Amino acid sequence: MQKLQFLFAAYSLIWFALFLFLLRLARKVTRLEQLVRRIEEK
Amino acid sequence: MKSIKPLYLLLVVLTFLLIEGALYLAFLYAPTERTMGDVQRIFYFHVPSAWVAFLAFFVTCIASIAFLRTGKATWDRLAAGSAEIGVLFVTLVLVTGPLWAKPVWNVYWSWDARLTTSLILWLIYIAYLMVRHYTADPERGARFAAVFGIIGFLDVPIVYMSIRWWRTLHPAPVMGGGGGLAPEMFRTLMAGILAFTVLYITLLVLSYRISTLQQKLQAIKHSS
Repeated sequence: MQKLQFLFAAYSLIWFALFLFLLRLARKVTRLEQLVRRIEEK
Repeated sequence: MKSIKPLYLLLVVLTFLLIEGALYLAFLYAPTERTMGDVQRIFYFHVPSAWVAFLAFFVTCIASIAFLRTGKATWDRLAAGSAEIGVLFVTLVLVTGPLWAKPVWNVYWSWDARLTTSLILWLIYIAYLMVRHYTADPERGARFAAVFGIIGFLDVPIVYMSIRWWRTLHPAPVMGGGGGLAPEMFRTLMAGILAFTVLYITLLVLSYRISTLQQKLQAIKHSS
């Protein structure tokens, strides 16, 4: 029993979801840090 | 990522290296399981995802207790960040489980005890996040959510014990009785658990940083 499409689908979904989540957090941190810095500089 | 401090970068690099190692072990080191074949390799990231979800909800529960006792917002922020990550990992468990079940059981889903209690766990923490998001008064929402986070954690031991308490299609537990994994498979699983635990810490640090910055912004807005 091979059915590698299920293995491929599971791994693709895991990494895609984790990548998106990490990217979302990293972008949010960067945006908020810039915003705080800008306000503090004013 | 210019503004991200060295700690975050170090954590991201460490997570990346550990995941690379875990992937190498899962595909090139662990032997192919005799009855299920290569599709069994889903196990090396399905189980660590479940582990991280349990860990995340445990942290939410402890931080919620600390928040109710002390009233400090730092505990609330930690609880919320951890719950969000926990939901992500339970979602991964609920997606990879059926993808593993289909070729093995010939069905994507069965309403058996392990699967049903896992789905309930997911729904509990989705509700937790909704309580936080939709309560008009943030302080009241944080207190509601803390109670939810503590009570919701009761489902975690039920999910874990479900395969002992009821007859299910789900395989026997790997740790704490049964299992009988080959040593190479066990080492690969441990590598996956380590990699995902470090990934959880990385995500939690980032999530905590976000909520700290959001609070700082609100404080600036209130003061001006």
